[in-house]
Amino acid sequence: MKRKFAAAIALMACVASAPLVAKEIPVAAGSGAQERLQEALIVAQPGDVVKLGEGRFALTDGLSLDVAGVTVKGAGPDKSVLSFAGQLAAGEGLLVTSDNVVLRDFAVEDSKGDAIKSKGADNIVYHNIRVEWTGGPRETNGAYGIYPVESENVLVDSVLVIGASDAGIYVGQSRNIVVRNSIARFNVAGIEIENCFNADVHDNVATKNTGGILVFDLPNLPQQGGHNVRVFDNIVAENDTPNFAPKGNIVASVPSGTGIMVMANRDIEIFDNVFDGNGSSNIMVIGYRQKYDDAKYQPSVRNVRISDNAHGKTGFAPQFAGGEMLAAAFGGSVPPIIWDGVGGAEASIVSSDEVPVLNLGLTRSDQPIETAQPALAKLTGDAAPRLPKIVMPAAMEAAIK
Amino acid sequence: MKLWRIALAFACAGPLASAAPVPGSIADSAIQDAGYPRTLSEFGFFTGQGVTAPSDQLIGYSLRTPLFSDYAEKQRFIYVPAAARISADANGTLDFPVGSALIKTFGYGQGVAFRPIETRVLLRRASGWEALPYVWKPDMSDAELKLAGTRLPVMVPRASGRAQPISYAVPNKNQCKECHARSGAVVPIGPVAANMALTAKAAASLRSRTDWKGPLSLGSAPVWNDAGTGSLDARARAYLAINCAHCHNPQGSASNSGLFLNAGAAGDPVATGLYKRPVAAGRGSGGHDFAIAPGDPDRSIMVHRMSSTEPGIAMPEVGRSLVHDEGVALIREWISSLPAK
Repeated sequence: MKRKFAAAIALMACVASAPLVAKEIPVAAGSGAQERLQEALIVAQPGDVVKLGEGRFALTDGLSLDVAGVTVKGAGPDKSVLSFAGQLAAGEGLLVTSDNVVLRDFAVEDSKGDAIKSKGADNIVYHNIRVEWTGGPRETNGAYGIYPVESENVLVDSVLVIGASDAGIYVGQSRNIVVRNSIARFNVAGIEIENCFNADVHDNVATKNTGGILVFDLPNLPQQGGHNVRVFDNIVAENDTPNFAPKGNIVASVPSGTGIMVMANRDIEIFDNVFDGNGSSNIMVIGYRQKYDDAKYQPSVRNVRISDNAHGKTGFAPQFAGGEMLAAAFGGSVPPIIWDGVGGAEASIVSSDEVPVLNLGLTRSDQPIETAQPALAKLTGDAAPRLPKIVMPAAMEAAIK
Repeated sequence: MKLWRIALAFACAGPLASAAPVPGSIADSAIQDAGYPRTLSEFGFFTGQGVTAPSDQLIGYSLRTPLFSDYAEKQRFIYVPAAARISADANGTLDFPVGSALIKTFGYGQGVAFRPIETRVLLRRASGWEALPYVWKPDMSDAELKLAGTRLPVMVPRASGRAQPISYAVPNKNQCKECHARSGAVVPIGPVAANMALTAKAAASLRSRTDWKGPLSLGSAPVWNDAGTGSLDARARAYLAINCAHCHNPQGSASNSGLFLNAGAAGDPVATGLYKRPVAAGRGSGGHDFAIAPGDPDRSIMVHRMSSTEPGIAMPEVGRSLVHDEGVALIREWISSLPAK
């Protein structure tokens, strides 16, 4: 009873501090869109909806939102289009730096850098958004399409990203993440979860990218030690676009034809996915292979459970060093699951999928590939998923009901 | 004869000298109350046309190593309410009392020829710092608030003698914060005692209104382009600290990059860029592996991004449409001097 009373008080306090009337701030496409839309994003109050009209917004500079609790809502991902083709400055199209923001029902096209970035923006929702570089896959396209970073509670739902020169949907250095019901195609990486804790990536389609879904961890970053990521119920097919990432970036090392790649993470589950037409391999589990200077960094992969995936044709056109030799040695194609072998049995990489597994037999993550001792392997053990489901705060789910 | 002397004084001291202080009362309520004054004149910082007549309650200063902003000249003032005190921490970073304001005017032309484009104010309110941009009317009668920023065609005088046309970007309120953010809150960047340059009178005024916790370090930092003020290493790091570290620090807008160019990060060589691989650089990498490849400026991402004006590549991301040729030359020389591993 006492607790109930306290809750009621808390609720009343919440209501009292919220604005009395949430406004709708309509912004039409057309001339002066840059200043009109940016001003709306600045003067909006918590609870307000900045409503984008139908049509093209021709923008010259990056837009930004720094007010908590604001919704930016368009008339649909093909109807309200923020075009950055004429962008003169800024590292992204739209930047969000406040909490409890909902972005939905609009498109961002042809930004010079990243398309939509949210940084330090907790409880962010991306829903029914299209991000596209309209010239197709090109090295000069921006790096990331949907780019939440350094945030807690990230929900990406029903977005479409086409043409990012790094990752279509990229979640970095964040915690508690759901990426679902989305489509990534013609990006270098379709979906990438990097240096993150606790993520569910499910019911997405990753196709025609260089690599479909990546779960990475990199050294020398404020948040590292990626773990607890579940990748399930996705379709990961025909990721055969040649790698067009600018060199120097980690994804430039992803071979075309990669389905899912797990690098330098722990406690990862890959289950109930459908793979087909990935020419290099369906699932690659490898360590960080570059030189680094970071005593806190763990470069190898541990605790991976792979189960109940459907493996179609794969490994028929491996695009990595030694790939052709491997294919020749193993009956004409590279096996659907590859593990670098680092850590041996203690690494606890297990699979119950009924397909061949290739163990490269490395003892160090950065060992030259020429010194690998590849052999078919059984990854026996309990492969059943057991990580908990990632749950978003109810208000975030309610925002897109 | 007298006129000649005045002209000489102008020529020597740059844009600051055109400021002849006049008595005038500053509207403390405009600084402290919530809301966004629509015009700059509401603050009472300047009287008459443009910025030629600042209030005598303002303390003028310049920076020994400034942020590059498309070769704009900048006129800077501090305002602190009567009787209120500034406190300087052990590092000489100034902490301003509620009611203070920092007033920075951007324009082109030296001395009496200085023509302001915009004035940015940082207001210290009880709720924290507020950053607002004001754009001068063509007749210089007042400057108007441009919350959403704007672009203006401007001719930039260059060393070659030729003027270069640019699309000058007045930042919007949020962009002010992108550079001035520390852990999500707006903070001043420039007023660190070591990097401040003041006339004798202004220095005396600032000293008398400040409680100093550390040594009096006014004006002791290197001047980026004056070899007499510090080693190449010291001057390059001072340049990077001012031009990059407002974002590239562990609490700044670029915290996720892991590239930290603030003085405090110097203990971790990789964090300062040495053999540091890019994270979210995209085409900003220019095909290079490291932010700084010691000994090899041509293969350093830092030089590539400083040398570009393309959005998505150019660093800093906002605030310039031209390459700072002299700044790039300094960083090239510095990287060349670093021993390769």
